Amino acid sequence: MSQLFSKKNKEALTSPIGMNNPVTVQVLGICSALAVTAKLEPAIVMGLSVTVITAFSNVIISLLRHTIPNRIRIIVQLVVVAALVTIVSEILKAYAYDVSVQLSVYVGLIITNCILMGRLEAFAMTNAPWPSFLDGIGNGLGYALILIVVGFLRELLGSGAILGHSVIPQAFYDAGYLNNGLMLMPPMALIILACIIWWQRSRHKELQDK
Amino acid sequence: MKGLRNYLNKIKPRFEQGGRLHAFRSVFEGFESFLFVPHTTARTGTNIHDAIDSKRIMSLVVIALLPALLFGMYNVGYQHFTHAAAFTQTPLTAGFWEMFLYGFLAVLPKIVVSYVVGLGIEFVVAQWKGEEIQEGFLVSGMLIPMIVPVDCPLWTLAIATAFAVIFAKEVFGGTGMNVFNVALVTRAFLFFAYPTKMSGESVWVSTDSICGLGHTVDGMTAATSLGIASTAKAADAYPAFSWDMVTGLIPGSIGETSVIAILIGAVILLWTGVASWRTMLSVFVGGAVVAGLFNVSGIDTAMAHMPWYEHLCLGGFCFGAVFMATDPVTSARTETGKYVYGFLIGAMAIVIRVLNPGYPEGMMLAILLMNVFAPLIDYCVVQSNISRRMKRVSTK
Repeated sequence: MSQLFSKKNKEALTSPIGMNNPVTVQVLGICSALAVTAKLEPAIVMGLSVTVITAFSNVIISLLRHTIPNRIRIIVQLVVVAALVTIVSEILKAYAYDVSVQLSVYVGLIITNCILMGRLEAFAMTNAPWPSFLDGIGNGLGYALILIVVGFLRELLGSGAILGHSVIPQAFYDAGYLNNGLMLMPPMALIILACIIWWQRSRHKELQDK
Repeated sequence: MKGLRNYLNKIKPRFEQGGRLHAFRSVFEGFESFLFVPHTTARTGTNIHDAIDSKRIMSLVVIALLPALLFGMYNVGYQHFTHAAAFTQTPLTAGFWEMFLYGFLAVLPKIVVSYVVGLGIEFVVAQWKGEEIQEGFLVSGMLIPMIVPVDCPLWTLAIATAFAVIFAKEVFGGTGMNVFNVALVTRAFLFFAYPTKMSGESVWVSTDSICGLGHTVDGMTAATSLGIASTAKAADAYPAFSWDMVTGLIPGSIGETSVIAILIGAVILLWTGVASWRTMLSVFVGGAVVAGLFNVSGIDTAMAHMPWYEHLCLGGFCFGAVFMATDPVTSARTETGKYVYGFLIGAMAIVIRVLNPGYPEGMMLAILLMNVFAPLIDYCVVQSNISRRMKRVSTK
């Protein structure tokens, strides 16, 4: 058991959530982070979907890593990811239809999410299945964390709600408070994301570009 | 004056290195150089020093804005009292000074909010970076209240000003480094974040009484001329041209309605050499040409049929051309580039007005769009100049 969570494995799981976050440090997966975060619920579902797909595609590719011919490895990776994305997409349609409508094409576009291909190439191709699984979970959760923070702020300020429930009292609206319509537009997601990156890099000097 | 100087000299040591109030040195510095001309000069090399500095340029622009601001105050009162009288069907009793005072009281809080928020952020940032306070916000702070409708709530104005100063100015490096015009970013933020308070029919005329002045009239609405034209069903249903559109006695953003007051400001800016006549002229030419083309194009909307001179008088066209497009930081810097930059602003503004039903006014978006392209225009002008001169060298 202690071997399962060795120091190296733990780092594979936790470093992508903080200091090596795929969104804020490696700046991957920005496109979907802007597109699905207008509300918190699709952001959570999207984050979980990417976590599941990254984890299992990492495991599968890691199991196949010795048998995949090097020259066609991208195609093999794409097939695995596409199969998993299709499964997740069908499950969403069956059990969470409203959310899957909100996410529309972005579930399908997980295939093109740079985080996935990046992890497959950088980690799963050279590591054993269990560390690859942890790495996939970690990167997926790192991505989900950013999506949830952005989605939370955008839904709170843009629609005055959290997970669809109004949280800003009616008295505020009566006193003249208005929801910020700009929060529902993609530019504001980019600015919130930039603020998170700004905050993280000003706290950690080692992340700053020279 | 002498007493003030002595007082400043007396408290100065407290703000210097090791002094008790050293943390507030940039605040002291800012006030001192605002009140008195700083007498520090460069210590190295030979420098030619002109009397004009950025502080004086800013002051001249603020002076040039005054006619439009004062007229805007009067117009706020005029619109309120005339619309209230028409709405309640009572005779108009208010005189000139009552109208002006009402408008003054309506506009003053916006000026205060814009300056307090904007300068507050400037002070904090200057303190944080350990730099001197920059004068850049003097003009932006005056422009911001002049380009919003009178019923725009103060707290949204405060948020928008803070957003614009932080994200359009300070993150780019402060005064002189911004890509976008700060006042227009404020307006764009308001326009997209709180559209119900920035457009439509209910925000252009104040409906409340202020300090006992004026009337509280619920449900009173008044559309701007461009608003009427953009929603008109028939192609000739645009408001007929009237001299009120030139003098400015029409509903609109606070400072933008009067062509005459803005032209007085333009004369001040051109006479003192602060703004470029090339930019200003080419904005008007661009607008006139494109509006003229739409007039003969046969597109069947009221906006396209509106005469070109009416297009130039209405909305923020004049204000944008005189005070926004000529902003020396965000506009093109090469002399040839200014013609292109100005022409495209005027052209884009009319194109947005006519072809985009969502935005009855296109000046804000046109200027912001061309702000992005100004460096590219400059680059092309400089490169073509280089290649022309290279050719001249190689033929000899």
